[in-house]
Amino acid sequence: MIAVARSTAAASAASTAVPAIEVRQLCKTFGTNEVLKGIDFHVDQGEVVCVIGPSGSGKSTLLRCVNRLEEPTTGTILVEGVDITDGETDLDKVRTRIGMVFQQFNLFPHLNVLQNLTLAQRRAKGRGKKEAEDVARRNLAKVGLAEKADAFPAQLSGGQQQRVAIARALSMDPDMMLFDEPTSALDPELVGDVLEVMKQLAREGMTMMVVTHEMGFAREVGDRVVFMDGGVVVEQGKPEDVLGNPQHERTRGFLSKVL
Amino acid sequence: MKRSTRRRLTRGALYAVFAVAVLAIILAADWQAIRTNFFDLEVAATAFPEIITIAAKNTILYTAIAFTGGLLLGLIFALMKLSPVLPYRWLATAYIELFRGLPALLVIFAFAFAVPIAFQWRPPGGSAGAGLIALIIVSSAYIAETIRAGIEAVPKGQVEAARSLGMNPAWTMLTVVLPQAFRIITPPLTNELVILIKDTSLLFIAGMALGDRELTTFSRDALTSQANATPLVLAALMYLVITLPLTQLVAKLERHNKRGR
Repeated sequence: MIAVARSTAAASAASTAVPAIEVRQLCKTFGTNEVLKGIDFHVDQGEVVCVIGPSGSGKSTLLRCVNRLEEPTTGTILVEGVDITDGETDLDKVRTRIGMVFQQFNLFPHLNVLQNLTLAQRRAKGRGKKEAEDVARRNLAKVGLAEKADAFPAQLSGGQQQRVAIARALSMDPDMMLFDEPTSALDPELVGDVLEVMKQLAREGMTMMVVTHEMGFAREVGDRVVFMDGGVVVEQGKPEDVLGNPQHERTRGFLSKVL
Repeated sequence: MKRSTRRRLTRGALYAVFAVAVLAIILAADWQAIRTNFFDLEVAATAFPEIITIAAKNTILYTAIAFTGGLLLGLIFALMKLSPVLPYRWLATAYIELFRGLPALLVIFAFAFAVPIAFQWRPPGGSAGAGLIALIIVSSAYIAETIRAGIEAVPKGQVEAARSLGMNPAWTMLTVVLPQAFRIITPPLTNELVILIKDTSLLFIAGMALGDRELTTFSRDALTSQANATPLVLAALMYLVITLPLTQLVAKLERHNKRGR
């Protein structure tokens, strides 16, 4: 028992040495538009990092580069120490370890909730039907939607759809979660439920990178806040510092508009 | 004159013109000739049961074969047209543009007569088989374009969601994109099917054996042998019996699919 505990502790100590996400000198251009201008960025294991900034600042692009939904123009991205910009890396395998939640939910409309949660478990992780459904139901219960297993996405509210999307990502047992403005498409009264699920995840120690406009969430849940503008990281640090006592003029300008 | 009065008068005039036209047709038409030439019950009786057991059956069978073949081949060419491999795209584009640009009749001629002469090879199933190969090829070119449009109409976020979960491109296409694409293209595909039902009549020119005849060939033979147009009317009714439920069924399917979207 003690040996097990010790080896687990050793493993976690070793793994904290490697950041969950490490981005070096990342540049991304769309045509002539330079969206990311040499970003250095990292998320440690178990850390919750909130990325804030005005629209067009490149924060969503940065997040989408982390699982290579966007192709980086130059630069290096390491996920748990593995270089995902290397052509030899099995990208599909890396992606099963990175959960992603989209602004527009992107549930599969032709499948019911349970099928949404089991599809990739079966096709990408090779799990059997029984195991996949057990995992799916467990995660549905976790986001408070156990009774919606047979519903179709179109029958759910936006907030429910987003919680299903979170459960879908969690069903792959990812090591980290990426959230791309998860509450921006929701009616104000539906935002709370989704944020509550995300807070619970953070409490459980999930590694999270959250692009968000919810300053309250960033302040309360974030271990670190990163402010981006014009394709560069302007300032980062503890939420109370960046949000409460920003050092840069651009950060102050942005916060004065959103707070 | 008041606006409402004027509207009522215009409406009345339209009804009057219609009534006069109908009356003129009723009075001018040779009802005796129409009845004996198009609706002769004795001639109609001689068409049964073959018009069902051979002609209608073959029309449905040929349509099913041509549509299934067209779907499979069309899917392959649609995927080729969306392929990242350039030569595949070229080939698919050339195929689609070629066979959409040619009359179906000409392609049927080619497979029924030109190919057997040129290569000493007769397609399986005789003339009907040769004609069906031609129909499959022509319909696949149209269906390929329809499927391609359907695939492109599936929102990009769907592919991103599937890929972000670690699904490979093949599984993503098969389980996420294609099911949604086929829902989107159900109406145009049905249109394709109804056109195909009617296009099986073109097989007529391939020269069909007695047991291979479909509705048009069958009724045309009866028309010549009996010197009476009643078989054509019967064939027309048969076509409608096949096509009308189909369009109704699809309307129903569309309503059903709306629920899942």
